[in-house]
Amino acid sequence: MKKESLRLAYGQALVELGREDERIVVLEADLGKSTMSILFQEEYPDRYFEMGIAEANMAGTAAGLSLVGKIPFIHSFAVFASGRAYDQIRQSIALVGLNVKICGSSAGLSDFGDGATHQSIEDMALMRANPNMTVLVPVDAVETRKMVKAMVDWDGPVYIRINRNDLPVITDPDSDFEIGKLQVVRDGSDVAVFANGVMVSMALEAAEELAKDGISVKVINASTVKPLTDEEVLAHVEGCRGVVTAEEHSIIGGLGSAVASALRRKRDLPIEFVGVRDSFGTSALSYEELLNHYGLTADAIKDAVKVVLEG
Amino acid sequence: MISDERIKQLEDKARQLRLSVVEMIGVGPVGHLGGSCSCADIVTALYYYRMNFDPKDPRKPDRDRFLLSKGHAALVQYAALADLGFFPKEELRRVKVLGGMLQGHPDMNTPGIEANTGSLGQGLSIANGMALGLRLDGLTSKVFVVLGDGELAEGQVWEAAMASANFKLDNLLAFVDQNALQATGPIVERFDLNPIAPKWAAFGWHVIEIDGHNMREIVAAIDEADTVKGRPTVIIAKTVKGKGVSFAENNPAFHNGAMTAEQYEQARRELGAVEEGC
Ligand SMILES: Cc1ncc(C[n+]2csc(CCOP(=O)(O)OP(=O)(O)O)c2C)c(N)n1
Repeated sequence: MKKESLRLAYGQALVELGREDERIVVLEADLGKSTMSILFQEEYPDRYFEMGIAEANMAGTAAGLSLVGKIPFIHSFAVFASGRAYDQIRQSIALVGLNVKICGSSAGLSDFGDGATHQSIEDMALMRANPNMTVLVPVDAVETRKMVKAMVDWDGPVYIRINRNDLPVITDPDSDFEIGKLQVVRDGSDVAVFANGVMVSMALEAAEELAKDGISVKVINASTVKPLTDEEVLAHVEGCRGVVTAEEHSIIGGLGSAVASALRRKRDLPIEFVGVRDSFGTSALSYEELLNHYGLTADAIKDAVKVVLEG
Repeated sequence: MISDERIKQLEDKARQLRLSVVEMIGVGPVGHLGGSCSCADIVTALYYYRMNFDPKDPRKPDRDRFLLSKGHAALVQYAALADLGFFPKEELRRVKVLGGMLQGHPDMNTPGIEANTGSLGQGLSIANGMALGLRLDGLTSKVFVVLGDGELAEGQVWEAAMASANFKLDNLLAFVDQNALQATGPIVERFDLNPIAPKWAAFGWHVIEIDGHNMREIVAAIDEADTVKGRPTVIIAKTVKGKGVSFAENNPAFHNGAMTAEQYEQARRELGAVEEGC
């Protein structure tokens, strides 16, 4: 599968949308060359605000901008966008449901070299816990473009979690993206795997291999983590004998928790979580080796599928 | 007064630390070359001239503390710690290797590292806490902390700066590594937070401004700070990002950049690497 940069797609989408919608303003905290918000500055310098390395102030400023009718997009690494500015996001933005878009870039373990301080294993949990907040995790560059558009059309705060590294293109440019709707990327009947971000291609790989053993795995791209209705999740597990979730995030509070809570009344439906097991990150020389280290692999998904089938 | 010979030794040590930074990054992977080299002289003066510590007993209660609030410059601190014997030099070849001790940012599992830093803006608060606690215990240990100038945009720095003055922390010495660049480019163009010195002065600090690559000025400023009572001191050191490696000097691309094989060899040559073999 061809790999493409999600952050580049994100930056380009912002530029395109900024052309049509003058309400869009962009705030950055000295990571514009990583988040790719810098592309917006090149095109619309008047609507771009470099806020310095001051994430909390950036979030608060965005609240003010939205209160005068702008649609601010704020940027940093996911760990700082969600964590450093957490109280400003909670009190000034989410509490009021303000129309602020938060881009958490270099999310998960994707900033492999920088280590624990820069890797976000808890950002989905933090953002998801806020009432009014929408949480999105694009699977590829194609979906990223559609998502940025959906974020502009959505009235309310949205957090988007973007991988630093190029990822395989899985989705179709012609299909629709709708916030809150999950997409089946491979059909199957025995086990439903809900995955997002980098884990989707691994789930597909696992499904391919399990098919050889006669196990039919459905793979769902859970690119909306919130809002996620019970019905939306339940619809995808119909007829399945087990469920697996896979995320580049702590198993506490992220996609696994969201899916499990939607399935709370399904007593005979076993569920397994693939994710980071309550541990901070660490440095590595490559992304792949770090994903392996935390058990974020196709093999881990395969094992989890087998475990739920043994039920 | 410190002798010319001693100054020369310190200057040579700073050169060695820079060379070690370059060698830790190597060819291919990215590394924070710029910010490590800009504060190399300050780090040298602290570890090799001023601070009291015992590499064999790194948690000795009455030691001085060093915190790199701009944690991304960890490589230069690793170079000093290894050279001083806090851990074997072989570790320097395993920076950021999975399962290795030396992380991309300072981590307390490394002997000699006093705080986990890397999320900018937090070091001075931690230093304040240490200074308050050490004073309570009646210890004369001093806490040293190095901040980046881009880092000064973080509001927490100024909360901490107020607190240091409020608590009259004269057992605390802060440095601002004023290399005038943040990650994306020149501070004056990206987010102009100048003037810096009057801000610290207004917050109640004793301010000393120096050339951060002049070893004699660094040493003199550290000595001066030791005489200041009843308030904290900040040394604002004008520096050059990437100092000592010509292609990296003042070049934002080497904030966290990768070197080609040619650049790597050039950097080593410029830093006086002694060629082995032949
Ligand atoms: C809270 C936080 N936000 C953003 C970053 C990403 N980051 C790392 S270094 C850097 C620029 C630092 O500039 P400065 O403090 O001037 O350091 P120097 O130029 O000396 O390297 C940024 C934005 C971070 N580490 N922490």
